[in-house]
Amino acid sequence: MSDIAAPRSSSRSRSLKGGGRNRSGQTNFELYSWLFMRLSGLALVVLVLGHLFVNLMLGDGITGLDFAFVAGKWANPLWQVWDLLMLWLAMLHGTNGMRTIINDYAEKDQTRFWLKSLLITASIVIVVLGTLVIFTFDPCLDPSSTLSVCNK
Amino acid sequence: MPSKPAGTLYRGREGMWSWVAHRITGVGIFFFLLVHVLDTALVRVSPEAYNEVIGTYKNPIVGLLEVGLVAAILFHAFNGIRLILVDFWAKGPRYQRQLMIGVGAIWVVLFVPFVIRHLTHVFGG
Repeated sequence: MSDIAAPRSSSRSRSLKGGGRNRSGQTNFELYSWLFMRLSGLALVVLVLGHLFVNLMLGDGITGLDFAFVAGKWANPLWQVWDLLMLWLAMLHGTNGMRTIINDYAEKDQTRFWLKSLLITASIVIVVLGTLVIFTFDPCLDPSSTLSVCNK
Repeated sequence: MPSKPAGTLYRGREGMWSWVAHRITGVGIFFFLLVHVLDTALVRVSPEAYNEVIGTYKNPIVGLLEVGLVAAILFHAFNGIRLILVDFWAKGPRYQRQLMIGVGAIWVVLFVPFVIRHLTHVFGG
């Protein structure tokens, strides 16, 4: 019973034999993808659970969320970096997971191609949009803002 | 009906169901994430637009959906850590059953206080 390998470990041991490319001429992309899911997953446990704790458990929880709450958070560079990291890692992790699922269930080459094209397009749009929002956020869009940067 | 393959630890057992649950919760979280980036992007439109849309997150029905979302995230997070332990820890595969019980225990410990606090907010405590 104990010698049953963990799922997917075979592709890992196979890929590890080659350098840039293994004997069958493939790259190690799937190995890196497998490793990325585990590393980004660990980081996301901290980033996402921290995000949920601060936004839903502290203070007034969901009832306290509004423009002023976001402005207050993003006045702190820590939360800008936190949210940026969370956006990128979560989108890459989620997109790669969806890619795996498409590979598993869509059997026709054409179906796989179109589903993956749709997935990658949607992911790029969301990552670019989210990144722009974090970098171009203007708290003073709110005329009643009490943040010191807006009192000029 | 085909008979069950003999000697498999995986098919039809908890390992398979946790794998299915990991996929389903992953897909659900991914689609929420797409929507959540879009709603947050409204902070670039106007405070009013953002406040109006974020207001829908506070209604009781959506409040209950959030409980489901957090349940899914907590499972996906700690089941993911279990997967990492099974893959990288030499004794992981041997203790996979105990690890699964651990996932359930941590899930309950974090989920119960969240539900109490969140529903208090949603239903106006």
